[in-house]
Amino acid sequence: MPLEALNDFVVKFANVNGSGSASANSMFAKAILRMGVPVAARNIFPSNIQGLPTWFEVRVTEAGHLGRRGGVDLMVAMNPQTWDRDVAEIEPGGYLFYDSTKPLPASKFRDDITVVGVPLTAMCNAAYQLPRERQLFKNIIYVGALAALLDIEIGVIEQLLAEQFAGKDRLIAANVAALHMGRDYVAEHLSPLRLKVRRADKVGDRIFVEGNAAAALGAVYGGATVCAWYPITPSTSLAEAFTGYCEDLRIDPETGKARYAIVQAEDEIASIGVVVGAGWNGARAFTATSGPGVSLMTEFIGLSYFAEIPAVIFDVQRGGPSTGMPTRTQQADLLAAAYAGHGDTKHPLLLPADPGECFEMGAQAFDLADRLQTTVFVMLDLDIGMNEWLTKPFEWDDDRKLDRGKVLGYDELEAGVEFGRYLEVDGDGIPYRTYPGAHPTKGGYFTRGTSRNPYARYSEEGAVYVGNMERLLRKFDTARRLVPSPVLRSATRSTREGVIYFGSSTPAVHEALGSLEHAGLHLDALRVRGFPFADEIFEFIAAHDRVFVIEQNRDAQLRTLLINEGEIDPSRLTAVLHYDGTPITARFITETVTRLMSERTPMPEAAE
Amino acid sequence: MTYITKPQLHHPQLKPNALGYTRRDYEGAVSTLCAGCGHDSISSAIIQACYELDLPPHRVAKLSGIGCSSKTPDYFLGNSHGFNTVHGRMPSVLTGANLANRDLIYLGVSGDGDSASIGLGQFAHSIRRGVNMLYIVENNGVYGLTKGQFSATSDKGSKSKKGVVNHDAGIDLVSLALQMGATFVARSFSGDKNQLVPLIKAALSHKGAAFIDCISPCVQFNNHAGSTKSYDYVREHNEAVNRMDLVPARSAITIDYAPGETVPVAQHDGSVLHLHKLAEHYDPSDRVGALAYLQARQALGEIVTGLLFLDPGARDLHENLGTVDVPLNTLSERELGPGAAALAKINASLR
Repeated sequence: MPLEALNDFVVKFANVNGSGSASANSMFAKAILRMGVPVAARNIFPSNIQGLPTWFEVRVTEAGHLGRRGGVDLMVAMNPQTWDRDVAEIEPGGYLFYDSTKPLPASKFRDDITVVGVPLTAMCNAAYQLPRERQLFKNIIYVGALAALLDIEIGVIEQLLAEQFAGKDRLIAANVAALHMGRDYVAEHLSPLRLKVRRADKVGDRIFVEGNAAAALGAVYGGATVCAWYPITPSTSLAEAFTGYCEDLRIDPETGKARYAIVQAEDEIASIGVVVGAGWNGARAFTATSGPGVSLMTEFIGLSYFAEIPAVIFDVQRGGPSTGMPTRTQQADLLAAAYAGHGDTKHPLLLPADPGECFEMGAQAFDLADRLQTTVFVMLDLDIGMNEWLTKPFEWDDDRKLDRGKVLGYDELEAGVEFGRYLEVDGDGIPYRTYPGAHPTKGGYFTRGTSRNPYARYSEEGAVYVGNMERLLRKFDTARRLVPSPVLRSATRSTREGVIYFGSSTPAVHEALGSLEHAGLHLDALRVRGFPFADEIFEFIAAHDRVFVIEQNRDAQLRTLLINEGEIDPSRLTAVLHYDGTPITARFITETVTRLMSERTPMPEAAE
Repeated sequence: MTYITKPQLHHPQLKPNALGYTRRDYEGAVSTLCAGCGHDSISSAIIQACYELDLPPHRVAKLSGIGCSSKTPDYFLGNSHGFNTVHGRMPSVLTGANLANRDLIYLGVSGDGDSASIGLGQFAHSIRRGVNMLYIVENNGVYGLTKGQFSATSDKGSKSKKGVVNHDAGIDLVSLALQMGATFVARSFSGDKNQLVPLIKAALSHKGAAFIDCISPCVQFNNHAGSTKSYDYVREHNEAVNRMDLVPARSAITIDYAPGETVPVAQHDGSVLHLHKLAEHYDPSDRVGALAYLQARQALGEIVTGLLFLDPGARDLHENLGTVDVPLNTLSERELGPGAAALAKINASLR
């Protein structure tokens, strides 16, 4: 029986990298959004430029489930290289769309799916002369065909084409013609599928944007003026988006000059060096990188901790260790980031769950770095960073002030305020600082990574060193109150079991919680948004007999951090781990938690 | 190590400069380096140069890496902000500091281990970016703090104090700086204050990447027979191509070189270099010629010193990036934040 679904199915495009399919696929997703139906779209791509397989998965979800569901209902198989596994991935009763120009033996198909062939290559060869045109328009033709098969409004796609090629009327006309070619073929030769898109009103004012772009925009609004970076997937587009936004938003209208400085450095060490130098000198500065970059930056991160210099690092996590899976997603840098450095170090982490939070935390990170005078990490991952997500619109309060932290300027120094660069003054562990050049005779100090007394003078005296390290702990405790607090999502009925999760796992977790509840499994849920951990997190753990910690890495890094920082009995925290490089799915979470809950009945006192 | 603080009393006859500061106002803490260390002479030359240039001490930011040389910023300009960073990474930190505030004067102090070994990459890249700075390498050819290992600038065939012969080719930082596009390149000797002080003054006035390779004998580990960076060796093999003096824009000091031998070179900031030629055909405006001359003289075992190359019309990193004239660290919320209205437009473009 062919699958039947309205506004709730998964389409996967199997393409050849470099064939120009990305923009056509993205247009397909956006057309459905414009019809008021939420989509979750994800690129799945290998580490190469041209010729190898790449996939694009679109989940059409009127219910608004933005995580991956798992499984494929309609496969758009445009890559002969991956044909067999693509066909195998289709759900029973699902659909296969393919280029039927060249006949394929029956053995290449399955008899439990519906096969839809459109002779795309033949149509292109008949209509176009140039090889590049044949290639690019083929993508638009299949979008037109799919629109007809799935009932997507063709006018919406025409509008998107008009916006994309605004001012280039010839291109618009050519693309619309190709779109119609696909649509008309289906109308003449085929009938629509039982998978349908129907106009709804479930998107609202939400926007569709990549987390990297959102974080970059957050850095613009957060007042970052210096960016130093080194290209590394999946963080590159963050620095590039920052460049683009600055060119639009940060030019002095009178002089045409830049109110920002961006340096593509020679490596990640130089990137963080530039950031530390700029932070030392009173500019808001950041770098964007991924796991291997964090490894290289570690010495400087330790310096930033000990010499107390603001810095912001956007870590867009990918699969490790080593080069690992550079184009696959993981949440596997938590431990490396939290404790980066030699000696005793720890650093605040912000854990955004979607591009909306990438923007908010991207801006907030600079206030926190200045306030705490230390490195602050914003932990994205490839899934949030490089995929467009449907997210709440960006918001900004024009009355918001940048928090520059504890800085003594000329007037305070001139008035004789006592200045000790590492002197505890207010009991929060945070000392005052001065910017270089502030005052001719007061406020100068020598910054070093070696031990020094509260007045920044070199000292190897044990008590002086210990006093300083204890103050740094007090400062970290202050950070606990400043990082974003966790978000509680209570079960509909009282339960002794809970889940803790963070970041890009969030939509899949929420969907799974719904399914579990439907099956009678009730779990309270707490989303962690910052490190050091707020007290509520440990209270949540204490209030439940068993807590599942869901994350996308092998070694249960969040769980490890929780156990370590909260001195938690490890048996209270059950790891649920997904780390094959693909984004975690609701199905995986539902199945794993169901299995774990059935394997061990809750402790007697948990019974209601 | 010594921990002596300097007495606060000044000699009543210390002469103040145009800003009213005496030379003492440009000093720092008491050096903890070995007695006779070339590095202390360089610190003294920096103090003298800043005093003579009438620089407000707090407008100089001094940065260094790790090593004996990198300790020295503590020993001069005590009222300036200083930053003893991590090994080999001073150039990136200085670059960032410079981006944050283009109005300060940036002095990077490094050593041959810090710049030619661990930091060779950052050295090269900061120079090719044209960071407006004076980058001094206090070059003794040896690791002092870890007691006597060869550094990458040790000449091939030179002998360590323990008698070990260096078989690796030496890195010539001056040639490298020339290749990387430095717009002010000089070499000097810590024992030649008359040459070094004017070079530092000119380099501090230069707008662009200025590099001075200053040979600075290590009295503990590299001042023996067989060393090519000892006081005796450098004095015997020093071939100065020119002598110079710098006339700051606002001052009218005349110098005593005979006319005809002296070439005036105007710098960006209005100051004028009076270059007194010693080597007859040496032309410091010719980058390619400078490289060839250095190689030829080096092959003869000579150490060429003086102002080796100068591009008086150099551009710096800020010009290349087109940054605003005011320091980035002074921009306000209003200048940095595009505001809610701009954000609404961005939201609209993402639907």
